Amino acid sequence: MTVETGFAAMARRDDAAVRDVARRRTKVSLILAALLIAIYLGFVFLAAFAKTLLATPLSDGISLALVVAALVIVAAWVLAWVYVSWARRHHDAACDRLS
Amino acid sequence: MTPQATNIGHPGLSAIGFFLLFLALSLGVTWWAARRTRSTEDFYAAGRRIGAVQNGLALSGDFLSAAGFLGGAGLVAIFGFDGVIYSVGGLVGWPIMTFLLAEPLRNLGRYTVGDVLAYRLGTTSIRIMAAISSLTLVLIYLLLQMVGAGTLVQLLFGLPYETAIVITAAVMLVYVLFGGMIATTWVQVIKCLLMLAIVIVLTMMLLAAYGYDPAAVLRAAATRNGAKVLGPGPLLSSPIETISLGLGFVCGISSLPHVLMRFYTVPDAVTARRSLLYATGFLAIFFLLITYIGFGAMALVGTDAIRAVDRGGNMALPLLAELMGGNSFLGFVSAVAFATILAVVSGLVITGTAALSHDLWVNVLRGGKASGREQLVVARVGAVFLAIIAMLLGIAFRGQNLVYLVALATAVAASANFPVFVLALFWKRLTVAGANWGMLTGLFGSLLILYLSPLVQVDILHHATAVIGLRNPAIISCPLAFAVAILVSLATYRRRDGERYACIQKQMLLGSHQA
Repeated sequence: MTVETGFAAMARRDDAAVRDVARRRTKVSLILAALLIAIYLGFVFLAAFAKTLLATPLSDGISLALVVAALVIVAAWVLAWVYVSWARRHHDAACDRLS
Repeated sequence: MTPQATNIGHPGLSAIGFFLLFLALSLGVTWWAARRTRSTEDFYAAGRRIGAVQNGLALSGDFLSAAGFLGGAGLVAIFGFDGVIYSVGGLVGWPIMTFLLAEPLRNLGRYTVGDVLAYRLGTTSIRIMAAISSLTLVLIYLLLQMVGAGTLVQLLFGLPYETAIVITAAVMLVYVLFGGMIATTWVQVIKCLLMLAIVIVLTMMLLAAYGYDPAAVLRAAATRNGAKVLGPGPLLSSPIETISLGLGFVCGISSLPHVLMRFYTVPDAVTARRSLLYATGFLAIFFLLITYIGFGAMALVGTDAIRAVDRGGNMALPLLAELMGGNSFLGFVSAVAFATILAVVSGLVITGTAALSHDLWVNVLRGGKASGREQLVVARVGAVFLAIIAMLLGIAFRGQNLVYLVALATAVAASANFPVFVLALFWKRLTVAGANWGMLTGLFGSLLILYLSPLVQVDILHHATAVIGLRNPAIISCPLAFAVAILVSLATYRRRDGERYACIQKQMLLGSHQA
């Protein structure tokens, strides 16, 4: 195995490392975005086509619809938190190594 | 059922007093900010010294206009669960913005998304398109806010419509002209805190009134208006319309220019990311509580009494506040509603100013060679110009039905901005022609489809039918803009376009200190 030397090789290794970090961030971003959109569209479709199901009362005064809506709001925040804590633990360190 | 006797529209000393207090506080902030506004970086980006929590509050404040504050509770108080669907939709765009757009936009731009696209594509020409799109969105929002300001302030304070508009434009102009983004941000932070305080206090009062049983309010609402209010009603029924509404929310909210501009007021992309988590949290709390308050107003004030004061339900929260906290609490709520309009309008005007002065004048007309002094003068002239336009729009559209504008605002953002932003950041083959045609298609496509929709053809022009049955154009115009941007890019792709992307990929991750 030959070890490349010189500025051009360094630039190439650098590029590959950048692409690697970028690819990983893109993957995490797209997975989380797809997950949230799926949750949200699921909710909207239930509200449009499963009206009787959502109207089911769970206990006096609390319907399934209200619980599901609250869960979607909480899920949106939790996914944002997952992203931010992933970025803090993995992405920021990877970026530090690039600079 | 006799409507509740209300003092709405007859402001006591408390409403005027609280409003003057807010005015004094915000003008004090502006005076403090004016002494710190020396460069364009201070004027457009608050010197990039805003912290994550403050920016989180300012971001949510920008999004929570009077429509979100008063209209959010009103929709629930009138329609029950169907109103909740709008609240959920308002939140989901924010994490999407966090995942896809925030950090790269922060790392590639200076003040505007025009900066990002111009740098990413290595050309100035895209700035013209980006500025037109931003200005269109800012003007739609300004029109909505000004007409809302006139109507709401007339309702709450009994002031004549035109007087309310002139006061709004004048005070907002003082914030923007003298305090720039620093004043605009802190006014937004203060107002957002006041707004959160109101919804928290009202929720506590409701809980106390019902013996701290959270479900009791909902039970009372269901007893008064029927159990159907706790489940989905007639709002969503057509599948296409449903997806279109959802798409407009998700893609549109995540690419509103006046929200994106706040990423440039923090020191780096990490702070921008954290500020978005705070914003999402504040908004989640706000939307959960405002839903509860809406049901509270339905239970205690009653839908008929709310509609008797304002058909659209905007007075649900003020009426509930008056019932629970008396005249002085009503005064406080009215003052905060007015403050909200002022804060949101100033954020819009500074965004429009950046597109007009920074993108079009400094970078397109003057080739980026304007002195710092000239840039500041042009920025302030731009702000005055936009304030006058906002005032004229507000007066010209008095009493108009503007519901179609709400659909239009998210649809234009989702079609003109979102596709090209996402492609610019994630796809190396995007070309200048692809971006220009994509934005153009998204912008005029959504305008045209909306013009042909029942919102304009039936509701405004009173034709019997509309050419297109959709009330929200996003489902057609957003994918269309994606398709046009991709096809034109593939047709015009040269190798150096891909090389350009490779060159800036590092900067997209790390940011730079490009001048």
